[in-house]
Amino acid sequence: MLTFLRRRITSSAIPLVVVILGVFCLARLTGDPANLYLPLSATPEMRAEFAARHGFDQPLLVQFGDYLAQVVRLDFGESLRTAEPAATAVLRAFPATLQLAGATMILAILGAVVVGSWAAYRPNSVADRVASFTSTTAASMPDFWFAIMGVLVFAVALGWLPTSGTVGAAAWVLPVLTLLIRPFGVLVQVVRGAMVSALSAPYIKVARSKGAGEVRVVFGHALRNAAPPALTVAGDLTVGLVNGAVVVETIFGWPGIGKLMITSILQRDFAVLQAAVLVTAVTIFALNIVIDACYALLDSRVRQGVTA
Amino acid sequence: MTLVETPAAIAARRTSWWRLLLRDKFACVAVVILLLVAVSAVVGPVLLGDLAVKQNLRAVNRPPFSLDDGWAFALGSDSLGRSVLARLVVASRTTLSVAIPAVLISLVVGSIWGMWAGYHRGRRESVSMRIADVILSFPSLLLAVVVLYVFSPSALNIILVLAIARIPIYLRAARAESAELQSRLFVDAARTFGAKSWAIIARHVAPTVLPTLFTVATLDFCFVMLTESSLSFLGIGIQPPDMSWGLMVAQGRQVLQSAWWIAVFPGLAIVVTTVSATVLASWARLAMDPGQRWRLTLPRSRRKEVKP
Amino acid sequence: MNPVLEVDRLAVDIRTPAGTVRAVREVSFSVRSGETLALLGESGCGKSMTAQAIVGLLDPVAHVAGGEVRLDGTDVLTLPPAQRRRLAGPGLSIVFQDALTALNPIQTVGAQLAEPFRIHERLSRRAARERAVELMERVGIPEPRARAGAYPHQFSGGMRQRLLIALAVALHPKVLLADEPTTALDVTVQAQIMELLRDLRTEQQTALILITHDLAVVAEQADHVAVMYAGGIVETGRVADVFAKPRHPYTRGLLDSVPGEVARGTNLKSIPGSPPDLHAVPSGCAFRTRCPLATDVCAEQRPPLAEAGQGRMSACHHWKELADD
Repeated sequence: MLTFLRRRITSSAIPLVVVILGVFCLARLTGDPANLYLPLSATPEMRAEFAARHGFDQPLLVQFGDYLAQVVRLDFGESLRTAEPAATAVLRAFPATLQLAGATMILAILGAVVVGSWAAYRPNSVADRVASFTSTTAASMPDFWFAIMGVLVFAVALGWLPTSGTVGAAAWVLPVLTLLIRPFGVLVQVVRGAMVSALSAPYIKVARSKGAGEVRVVFGHALRNAAPPALTVAGDLTVGLVNGAVVVETIFGWPGIGKLMITSILQRDFAVLQAAVLVTAVTIFALNIVIDACYALLDSRVRQGVTA
Repeated sequence: MTLVETPAAIAARRTSWWRLLLRDKFACVAVVILLLVAVSAVVGPVLLGDLAVKQNLRAVNRPPFSLDDGWAFALGSDSLGRSVLARLVVASRTTLSVAIPAVLISLVVGSIWGMWAGYHRGRRESVSMRIADVILSFPSLLLAVVVLYVFSPSALNIILVLAIARIPIYLRAARAESAELQSRLFVDAARTFGAKSWAIIARHVAPTVLPTLFTVATLDFCFVMLTESSLSFLGIGIQPPDMSWGLMVAQGRQVLQSAWWIAVFPGLAIVVTTVSATVLASWARLAMDPGQRWRLTLPRSRRKEVKP
Repeated sequence: MNPVLEVDRLAVDIRTPAGTVRAVREVSFSVRSGETLALLGESGCGKSMTAQAIVGLLDPVAHVAGGEVRLDGTDVLTLPPAQRRRLAGPGLSIVFQDALTALNPIQTVGAQLAEPFRIHERLSRRAARERAVELMERVGIPEPRARAGAYPHQFSGGMRQRLLIALAVALHPKVLLADEPTTALDVTVQAQIMELLRDLRTEQQTALILITHDLAVVAEQADHVAVMYAGGIVETGRVADVFAKPRHPYTRGLLDSVPGEVARGTNLKSIPGSPPDLHAVPSGCAFRTRCPLATDVCAEQRPPLAEAGQGRMSACHHWKELADD
């Protein structure tokens, strides 16, 4: 198990390194970095002073060394707007995004397991139709528009829900719902597919031949076998969730990383943007490791490197 | 028990594509809608280009579904008195001229790369797949956000970013299929005759792999369109005075309380287009698979009952 | 002694894209405790479908269209699901063909073998596990205590088949069905598995129904045989009698096609043609298109399975001609 984890960590670290490298290259190699960090109105003297202070006049290799050291210390420079360290701004926004994404993923997984298993167990039932409808919707619904329609109907027309904010359960309904459609739509289809093949596997017949009840068959045998493919997809979905969070947080004024990123772009605050992107990349990296560990716990064949 | 091929299945194979398409009402409607969007993107701006930017301050925020101010205002007008209908038609060109090139570039690059990697196996394959993993493990919207921050958010840059972000999708699909093919006898036979690898790929691998890739591309068209809309909505995609459906939703959002139609119709246009593409893609997936094609000869409601 | 299991005019229908077909028609047979009945036929003749109908594990596309399956006189087909589940294991049990896919890949074999005891005897986890280890020992798995924590893919094909048998006999079933239990195995392992099945049958006084296409297995293992063709039974009787003097032309064709005491150089006989597609079973006798004895009556009337000598039955209008040979 430990060797397995070590192997996975090294292989998932590659994307992380690429992101760190990529941000560095984008910032240094596309003209004058001072253009990125400083407001457009900065004078040439200000730019020169800035470059000297941040070592932009050093050779690239030295700059890269400094940059790495900064990344490790979570020192991404100061926000142009508030003059506080960029890392502080990002870490302050981090919990809000984590809560939103966590609530969404938990609901998406629970919902997809229930609806997907039911749809696989009873083809053509209500659940089956819900499953195929939501997955079509999820693939074709622009989330920003869904959110605005939600606001239009439930906040503007009916006045049941607030249009923004994070206080109270009502404020969570629309953001979570908007963020939910895509992962739920994809997961429900994956769970359904995995359950259909698990339920038609011979070992299900064997379980029934032991006199196992339907609950035991579906949850004890089929679902555990259907879990690994669903988990793999759940990993990809968390990556996609970041896309959704940017949109949802912007629309609902959710004080998370997504909103921070868009604000810092519009205000050309590169230090904060860079910090936000790197923190997100590290989080995704950590999540992938956790998912791989779950995967290995579920299926002994993965642990031992057997290709099934 | 293996089911013997039924007369219905044999007949279905002989039916031509058109006959198959005409049998499926949903797929037919989807094709008609997509053609309509394509036509309006091609001829629309020529016919309605002026109307879309012409301000009419006496007809500001006119509600839709009234022909009092002429057919141009059938879908209402915006806060500068411009026709929403005309703007929708003109924006369809921008939306398609970003989505289609992006899909084509990623399709061509990704599939050639994937076929090459899958055909040669070994190191070329594993390095290619690693690159695909890296790109996919990073949220595409974040990639776009950073790149469009550093470079300017022009249509060309958006196309390039989206194309690069989607190459791995085709790379993976093409690699999987061509790796499977290259072990088959007919490819071996071609190799023993001394055929060059590119000739084999073009002659034997491509024709077999391409149908799958086109299906993937149809689905991916939705994804690319949605991402462009999201970027434009967030203010880092298409910039005014150009028009795109995503941007129109963003503009309509400001006046959601007083003029809901400005945000609703462009979003609806996105949904209708992407749903059509999804329906077409799932039809194509059945039609391209010789083992599944007979299902298309059944009425929709019966397709799920009969599992092979 | 009364038969423990009686199958009476059992019929199974399958839904296919081209319509519903009858895969099993009018199948009747019975079996006594401690005896082995072989259900013999080519693949696709409906023998596996019959077995699955008996234990109530048909695929969703198939369903029982008529007949009775009486276990100790009670028709199990009409029992409510909960009562039927109570019989699954102690009443009727089945050994499947492909032992790799029949074991749950992500559960330890110990947990899978303990499951019958957990379900039917409501044993604690620990006690059930103990019984599972005993069971593994009984079917000849070396070091059962250590191996109970292993997963199916860590066992060889023969060992997996032993595990599957252990699972089936865990609760001492009255009737044990074995669906091609040795087809996927090496010849030497086949013999060991058959021996295990025979020992368990004697030990537990179980009625064994052996489903196979292998004439040699039937000859060595079974007391009685029922030969199936195109969904129906064409001949039944004691194995020795049937194999010595078949009273249905299909059985004779099968026996003639075995390379046995045929002199070197002579051609092996085979039955001309191939078994019918279920969508196009010939009218009257299903075998008539391939039968050397076929006459007009065969096309008009479907021959019923009728008495054909002492303790034997045949579904042929012309069985007497075979008997007189």
